[in-house]
Amino acid sequence: MDLLVAVLAPLAVAPLMPLVRRFAGRHVGDVAAAIPLAIAVYFARYVGTLGDGQSVAFRRAWVPEIGLSLSLRLDGLSLLFVLLISGIGALVCVYAGGYLAGNRRLGSFFGSLLAFMTAMLGIVLAENLLTLYVFWEFTTLTSFLLISFEHERQAARAAAMQALLTTAAGGLCLLAGVILLGLIGGSFEITELIERGDAVRAHRLYPAAVILILLGAFTKSAQFPFHYWLPNAMAAPTPVSAYLHSATMVKAGVYLLARLSPLLGGTDLWTVTVTGVGAVTMVVGTVLAFTSYDMKGILAYLTINVLGTLTMLIGLGTELAAEAAMIYLLAHALYKGALFLVTGAVDHAAHSRDLRELSGLRHRMPLTALIAALAALSMAGVVPFFGFLAKESYLHAVVEAPRMWPLLTFAAVVASVLVVAGAGLVAVAPFFGTLSEKADRAHEAGFRLWFVPALLAVAGLAAGLLPQTLAAPLVEPAVAAIVGEPVPLELKLWHGVTLPLVLSVIALAAGVALYVSHERVRSVFDGTRVLGGWGPAAWYDKGVTLLDVVAHWQTGFLQSGFLRTYVTVILAMTAGLAGLMITHFGLTFVERETIGVRWHEGIAAGLIVAAAFVAVRSTSRMRAVVALTIVGFGVSWIFVLFGGPDLAMTQIVVETLTTLLFVFAFYRLPKFSILSDRATRFRDAVLASSVGIVMTLLILLATGVDQYEPTSEYYVRSSVTEAHGRNIVNVILVDFRALDTLGEITVLSAAAVGVFVMVRLVAPKGGRS
Amino acid sequence: MKSLILQTAARYLLPLLALYSVLLFLQGHHDPGGGFVGGLIAAASLMLCALAYGVPVARDVLPIQPRNLIGIGLLSAAAAGSVGTLQGKPFLTSAWVKLQLPGFGELELGTPLLFDAGVFLAVLGVTVSILMTLAEEEEEE
Repeated sequence: MDLLVAVLAPLAVAPLMPLVRRFAGRHVGDVAAAIPLAIAVYFARYVGTLGDGQSVAFRRAWVPEIGLSLSLRLDGLSLLFVLLISGIGALVCVYAGGYLAGNRRLGSFFGSLLAFMTAMLGIVLAENLLTLYVFWEFTTLTSFLLISFEHERQAARAAAMQALLTTAAGGLCLLAGVILLGLIGGSFEITELIERGDAVRAHRLYPAAVILILLGAFTKSAQFPFHYWLPNAMAAPTPVSAYLHSATMVKAGVYLLARLSPLLGGTDLWTVTVTGVGAVTMVVGTVLAFTSYDMKGILAYLTINVLGTLTMLIGLGTELAAEAAMIYLLAHALYKGALFLVTGAVDHAAHSRDLRELSGLRHRMPLTALIAALAALSMAGVVPFFGFLAKESYLHAVVEAPRMWPLLTFAAVVASVLVVAGAGLVAVAPFFGTLSEKADRAHEAGFRLWFVPALLAVAGLAAGLLPQTLAAPLVEPAVAAIVGEPVPLELKLWHGVTLPLVLSVIALAAGVALYVSHERVRSVFDGTRVLGGWGPAAWYDKGVTLLDVVAHWQTGFLQSGFLRTYVTVILAMTAGLAGLMITHFGLTFVERETIGVRWHEGIAAGLIVAAAFVAVRSTSRMRAVVALTIVGFGVSWIFVLFGGPDLAMTQIVVETLTTLLFVFAFYRLPKFSILSDRATRFRDAVLASSVGIVMTLLILLATGVDQYEPTSEYYVRSSVTEAHGRNIVNVILVDFRALDTLGEITVLSAAAVGVFVMVRLVAPKGGRS
Repeated sequence: MKSLILQTAARYLLPLLALYSVLLFLQGHHDPGGGFVGGLIAAASLMLCALAYGVPVARDVLPIQPRNLIGIGLLSAAAAGSVGTLQGKPFLTSAWVKLQLPGFGELELGTPLLFDAGVFLAVLGVTVSILMTLAEEEEEE
């Protein structure tokens, strides 16, 4: 129960944020931060208690029919993620309160942010795969709102749409994969599935399930070739980028891989695909970083690099790799969060993030420059920062990889070199050198804008100095949860002169060298831009264009816009299909005792037929409408004769109102004239008559069916006892089949809105508006 | 098209029709009637008024925007359905209470009444807003 409350608390508070904004004013961010902070404090008490693979679970039925239960489980892996989500969430709330101060939609911004937090917490705590999927898609939706926060800008809208389409397409693959997995394993509960792991991996549908789930994880975590959406998502406000696109949402894919690796991992398919895609992403991310001059863009590409590294490590599946992944995850959250927020402060102060416009900022923003340097040193993997530990541990894991280790090691070292140079790009280039024009006008940003990144950067240093005290209690249980057994962890900076250390030092030296000459090297990297023309982003654009073209063609083909065409198609299909079934089953009428036709029934029928002829043959619109009304009244007369007063009453009122509708619509119609030729009218006559004949036959056939008890008997029996009403028609409408009625009035309402919009909001012809 | 006969007739018919629509709605659970036809008749009475006196007068008769009626109606119907959900039963399961009114007898109230009221309001709102939208446009031209 506590878990559920913790997950839903941010969502419950989210709608109140505009109100909070009104009362708290510029402190709205600090108020919003209280929720994630409370969650972080609450979960902090579990630190140190989950090391041996214990977990806390909560379960409640949700939709038991499809195996969807609201089950949550907190183990070491979840705990690490929960603390990252809530801890960094609280910091980002405080920061955003300063960064977006004065924005008139600040309230709804925090609403979306808190709703997103619920989604993220749900993903990392979900024990049921379907529950996980629900929260997964909820992150997609809330992140759409957050990326498009500045929706007046076309770029923000396009980026949000791109992220939505890419990750939601992946999400659908994930759903399909999860359902397959549920069918294979007979359960959607992750722990139950893991117990049946061998059977799942041996199943013939296992490859399909793995590929689908991987597609979901890869799109979410921006793995090559789906990495293109992440740099574009930088159109979001910087706090959002720091939170979603660095610390939390993009890690959801990595989390899923880690969570499912005990179940799906260990096979060739899994290891090769996950490791391979991860390694490629790792290198591609760093290379692309050098094609950008935007500080945020560079950080985004470097984040892709980290996501690739984490994916690769999880793919390896060794204990060392799991350790390295968790250490790296934590280190990255600290330094990349700080760097993103520093970038936000620079943007805020200098109104630019472009490296070509910024240099020498340290003279104007010394504090920010210091924070950037601290974070960048951790990123470059310099002793004694936590990033050094992370880099060494992942190089260690790669060197000892069970297969492909020379190739992976080479890729890792190349990526590391580029990461070191990239750290220089974001933390050295804008702050050092001569003071540029834009930088000259900058000033130290407000308290919130330096204090929050400073906290993160200092945490990165502290965790490096005291790893066993500060980091191990978080990392150890997480590794235990992935590996499936307790793993004693000894984190320390100095391991003696080992191969990873040598590689790390080489990477550092080469990286510094590369940074020093980066302006000359850039042209080489710019060459990769040309490749972009054939890259996945171009494929995305082509795909969307193709979708538009197909949709346009299909709409034009199916939706002619002429009511007569629609009616013709509908009637022809009805008569055709029903007629086909009649000829298929043959005409067998059950002999029934007929009471004969009474004279007043004959009059009613005659009246209807006569009026119908008048309506068709009339050369006056008014006469035709009146004739149609007579048809309607004749029908309601028949209802009266056969004991349906409710129907008759409704029919009469509807006829009256329809006639009124016609009268009002007359004024907008052109003068009456006959435009159709004889052939068309003949076709229409044939169509109309055949519909009439088919419907008559159908009714005659239907009355002959008596294999089943009519449902009306049930309604007659239970109307008074179950629904406290004697008018069966109404009881059906408001009780037995109330859902139908609810649907119908909803459709009616939509129709009313449609009419209003068409008549009132469309500019009339001729341009008058 | 102002007709004295129609105007005089409408003056007497409007309240009668309005009352009749409420009567139909209330008796609907046991006798012919119900929210749907009640809403239609209420709409018809308003349109009679619109024909006789013009749409602006008819709009004044209705104290609320017909479009808002649609929303209120849909919300009432949904709220009536949610009572069942809150009791842990499927959506739209009906719930009943028996009230003892002194000097009046026993009164049974149930969520279907609220649901039917929602239907009444939604149908009234939909019909009136469609017809008035069309009629107004024509008067403007």
